[in-house]
Amino acid sequence: MRRLLNFIYKNRTFILFVFLEILCALLIVQNNRYQSSAFYNSSNYFIGSVYNFSDNVKSYFSLSGVNEDLAEENAQLRKLLEQKNQSLFNLGVRENRDPELLQQYEYVDAKVINNSTRWFDNYITIDKGKKHGLEPGMGVINSSGIVGKVKSVSRNYSVVNSMLHSKVIVSSKIKRTGDLCSTQWNGKDPYEADLFYVPKHVQLQIGDTVITSGHNAVFPAEMIIGTVKDINSDDEDLFYEVSIRLANDFNALSYVYVVKNRLKVEKDSLENISGVNEQQ
Amino acid sequence: MSSNRIISQVLAFFAYVLVQVLVFEDIGFLDRSFCFIYVSFLLLIPIETSVVILLLAGFVTGLSVDLFYNSIGIHASASVLVMYLRTIWLNSLTPQGGYDLGMTPTIKVMGITWFTVYSLPLIFIHHLVLFFVEVGGIKMVGFTLTKVIFSTLFTFIMVVITQYIFYQKKQRT
Repeated sequence: MRRLLNFIYKNRTFILFVFLEILCALLIVQNNRYQSSAFYNSSNYFIGSVYNFSDNVKSYFSLSGVNEDLAEENAQLRKLLEQKNQSLFNLGVRENRDPELLQQYEYVDAKVINNSTRWFDNYITIDKGKKHGLEPGMGVINSSGIVGKVKSVSRNYSVVNSMLHSKVIVSSKIKRTGDLCSTQWNGKDPYEADLFYVPKHVQLQIGDTVITSGHNAVFPAEMIIGTVKDINSDDEDLFYEVSIRLANDFNALSYVYVVKNRLKVEKDSLENISGVNEQQ
Repeated sequence: MSSNRIISQVLAFFAYVLVQVLVFEDIGFLDRSFCFIYVSFLLLIPIETSVVILLLAGFVTGLSVDLFYNSIGIHASASVLVMYLRTIWLNSLTPQGGYDLGMTPTIKVMGITWFTVYSLPLIFIHHLVLFFVEVGGIKMVGFTLTKVIFSTLFTFIMVVITQYIFYQKKQRT
């Protein structure tokens, strides 16, 4: 026993070193879980406040750009509203009057207070949390396209898995042909992503728009993801190798909307009961 | 260590972590290079500090940065490794006559050549571990290695500049 204690004392630095490294490894593994507890990241109240403060200072420099974006989005929405109003005058158009479906999606606006694009797994911190009805797993979008999925929430802040995250896969669709595929970031360029499972029979063209499929309950259907930039086809592969240009500029995120889907629970439970295990 | 120096080290800790997460998180060249100025704090802790304290300091510093970067454990593991290697590396770099009591491994005290030999490999190892753990294994080796090399140079230059600005007036104690 005495020898053992002696040994431990002699090698205490090495033992402490190994202990700390194992602790780090455990923390890393725990953090890699897709949706994790809120305490160990920037949704923590103190860290959120620090980021909020620093963003308050920094945001002065981007105000004019943000204003322009918001004005542009307003104009776009006005145009859509007017089109909608005009179309109702046409007798052939029938309006969907089911309030359940009309109010399926609710949007919570949030401000990006911290953002990264240069890591392999990137996260965004936003200034809304559990208090505002956010939950892990909700989709996050902005006016130009999809942004990510909520990873964890605290009372006042949330951390979002950015689209630029190695584990975020988005169920998507080629708009022109309607073929399903999935989008995933390639880990390098924040303006590009890869498209998987596009079958060879599809007549894909450069410039085709890629949108969300709406098949999972995270994002509404027909949200823009990006446009096809490059197509490679190897004779032996079953699918094309496609890279797309992302619609969103992740370096310039300012305001985002969190998507609350009121029918998510119903859809998920129905799919669970009927044994559909669709991968998102 | 006198209590005065402990307090100045604690203040330096807060200053470095805050500068790291508020200023340097947004700064990068060519999308490839990051600056981890907080490594400078770890490298400049006085030489006679015991290894146990060094390891704990590395762990706490790394963990604080991790909290802000949403990368819990990654910076901590790299920092702990650097603090462990630091002692071994310092011992093999001992100048003739050994280190004086209360010496800090700064450019002012040890000279720029010695400091380069001391800090560059440690910064490189820190970044190597950091980026490969972040990627999650030996993937995208070329891309990650360019990140490591560019960031090492960036960090090293910033560490040297900080020393010329902030550590010059300090008297050798």
